[in-house]
Amino acid sequence: MKRIFLMLRLFASDFKKQKKKITLTVMAIAWGTVSIIMLLSFGEGLRRQIAKGESGMGSGIVVVWGGQTTKPFKGLPPGRRIVMKPEDIDLLRARIPDMEDVGGEYQRWSVDIRYGKKMVGRHCTGVTPSYENIRNHIPQEGGRFINKHDLDEKRRVAFLGSGLAKELFGDQDPIGKQITINRVPFTIIGVMIEKLQMGMYSGPDADRVIIPMTTFGLIFGDTRLDVLIYKPKNPDDSEKVKKEVYRILGGKYKFNPDDERALSMWDTIEQSKTMGDVLFGIQLFLGIIGALTMLVAGVGVANIMYVTVRRRTKEIGLKMALGAKAKYILWEFILEALLIGALGGSFGFLFSGVIIKILKGIPVKGEALQFLGKPVLSTEIALATVGVLAMIAFWAGYFPSKKAAKINPAESLRYE
Amino acid sequence: MPIIKMNGLSKIYKTGKVSVEALRKIDIDIDENEFVAIVGPSGSGKSTLMNIIGCLDTPSTGDYYLDDEEVGRFGSNKLAEVRNRKIGFVFQNFNLLSYATTYENIELPLIFSGMPAKRRKTRTMELLDRVGLAERAAHKPTELSGGEMQRIAIARALANNPAILLADEPTGNLDSVSGGSIIEIFRELHADGATIVMITHDRHIADNIPRVIKLKDGGIVDSLN
Ligand SMILES: Nc1ncnc2c1ncn2[C@@H]1O[C@H](COP(=O)(O)OP(=O)(O)O)[C@@H](O)[C@H]1O
Ligand SMILES: [Mg+2]
Repeated sequence: MKRIFLMLRLFASDFKKQKKKITLTVMAIAWGTVSIIMLLSFGEGLRRQIAKGESGMGSGIVVVWGGQTTKPFKGLPPGRRIVMKPEDIDLLRARIPDMEDVGGEYQRWSVDIRYGKKMVGRHCTGVTPSYENIRNHIPQEGGRFINKHDLDEKRRVAFLGSGLAKELFGDQDPIGKQITINRVPFTIIGVMIEKLQMGMYSGPDADRVIIPMTTFGLIFGDTRLDVLIYKPKNPDDSEKVKKEVYRILGGKYKFNPDDERALSMWDTIEQSKTMGDVLFGIQLFLGIIGALTMLVAGVGVANIMYVTVRRRTKEIGLKMALGAKAKYILWEFILEALLIGALGGSFGFLFSGVIIKILKGIPVKGEALQFLGKPVLSTEIALATVGVLAMIAFWAGYFPSKKAAKINPAESLRYE
Repeated sequence: MPIIKMNGLSKIYKTGKVSVEALRKIDIDIDENEFVAIVGPSGSGKSTLMNIIGCLDTPSTGDYYLDDEEVGRFGSNKLAEVRNRKIGFVFQNFNLLSYATTYENIELPLIFSGMPAKRRKTRTMELLDRVGLAERAAHKPTELSGGEMQRIAIARALANNPAILLADEPTGNLDSVSGGSIIEIFRELHADGATIVMITHDRHIADNIPRVIKLKDGGIVDSLN
């Protein structure tokens, strides 16, 4: 305790003698800190936005379309088209224990949708209730998604994408209002919350109208599934589950389970793993650039400490004469370097905090800014920054302190 | 058994191609509670001898026993410990830390010896009292006179009850009055049982010290003329 107190005073006296140099170095450390934090925070913001955008369509899901066989199977020729049926949803759910949920879609493009005098042509989708969860269709407050009763009773209820709701209703609350779909009246039961969606098929979810699959069948007469979507319980089991899907559907539609092209699959699990690796690489790269900036500042600290050792040669000799061991001398300088590091680091953190706060206050418009304009200073980033800072400051003190500990006390006290 | 025992001790400084034999074949025994003056012209090796006695430096050849231990064999950590416990240094130019208070200056060897804070405080106040500067505890050295600074340095040297007090021209930077009072303190300490080795230029001081060792060109001589 006493030592630290004395050390601070020693630092104060050093500061008076090297004011300009220490100030500049503290600023360099602050800048190094700011650059590490900002680079990592922007990287983290990008990572989170992308993760969010990826999960916009639903996370950990596989989208399946019917395909065409390429292998002969049990006497059947190759080249047959495979088309799935709505019953396959329940079939896969029942037969695969590792399956979290399965959903499906009937699709129709450019369907006539009207509200009052407004009329648009949009994508209409018929779905099961499971769609809400696996395809991330969260209703805004006051509304709900399509449920089992809607399905069983073939109700004429509709769930609107957020964009389509705006288009038709503007600022009005659409819940409970009547629209027509293909001239058939429907009641709006819910509107999807606004979401960032990177992956999509058949257009963005925001521009669709969604109705119960059974009702869809009544109106449009569809009996064949356009899309099947499934989500394994555990993303790590995705390969295993995929094999099961091929095996079960292959058994039902008579194709070879090894015939990959019989079904057409979009595996978002695989894709997001790859994306995760790429983003980790980017983070690492940004972190290294930041650390290099810090290293340059660290050289400044080491330089100051070398000057200090030279200036204090006699004092070091005196302390040795009074019985200070090398360890004490070493720590004195290391602590002083850490102190400079802590000082610069504090300014750096403060400054970064202010920058991030200001950036958060600016409203973001436009696609690119959605991804880049949202830096996130996470605990991990703060810890990593403190770690780099402490390590560099430590070494910046260590090398000069080694020199100090090698001072010959007799020699240093000789010159009066 | 003498507290300081040197046999055939030499010290050679090598700087580049030149080597200086600062001490040659020194034999000295100093007993406990002796008061010894070391005199000699400038460059005769007085400070070198003092540094070796004080374990700040090691001899090139020969043996040096301090308190029955051959310190020439010790590593730097052990030497630091010996300096801390057994040696008290007083320098010509005081060597006080200018940014620290007199109290903190005296406390320094106690910090290095790892004494707990409470005992450190009692001991430091005791030492300030011993040199009559208790009321100056919170002052910086620059606010003191030369004589007062040297008294603080003596208090610091006494901190861990050393076996030997070493003083290298302790009155060299002082006027004769304050110099006299410093010598008086050393006399009192000697009377209380201290072993003291003091380098001095001043004939009058040396004449009043019981034992005088004369150095010339690194060797001990009977007379300096
Ligand atoms: N560290 C050193 N390196 C080289 N020569 C030294 C060193 N220390 C002392 N000397 C030389 O050793 C001799 C004795 O020096 P010193 O012990 O300081 O004498 P004194 O204290 O009697 O004036 C001198 O010639 C001096 O130049
Ligand atoms: Mg000398």
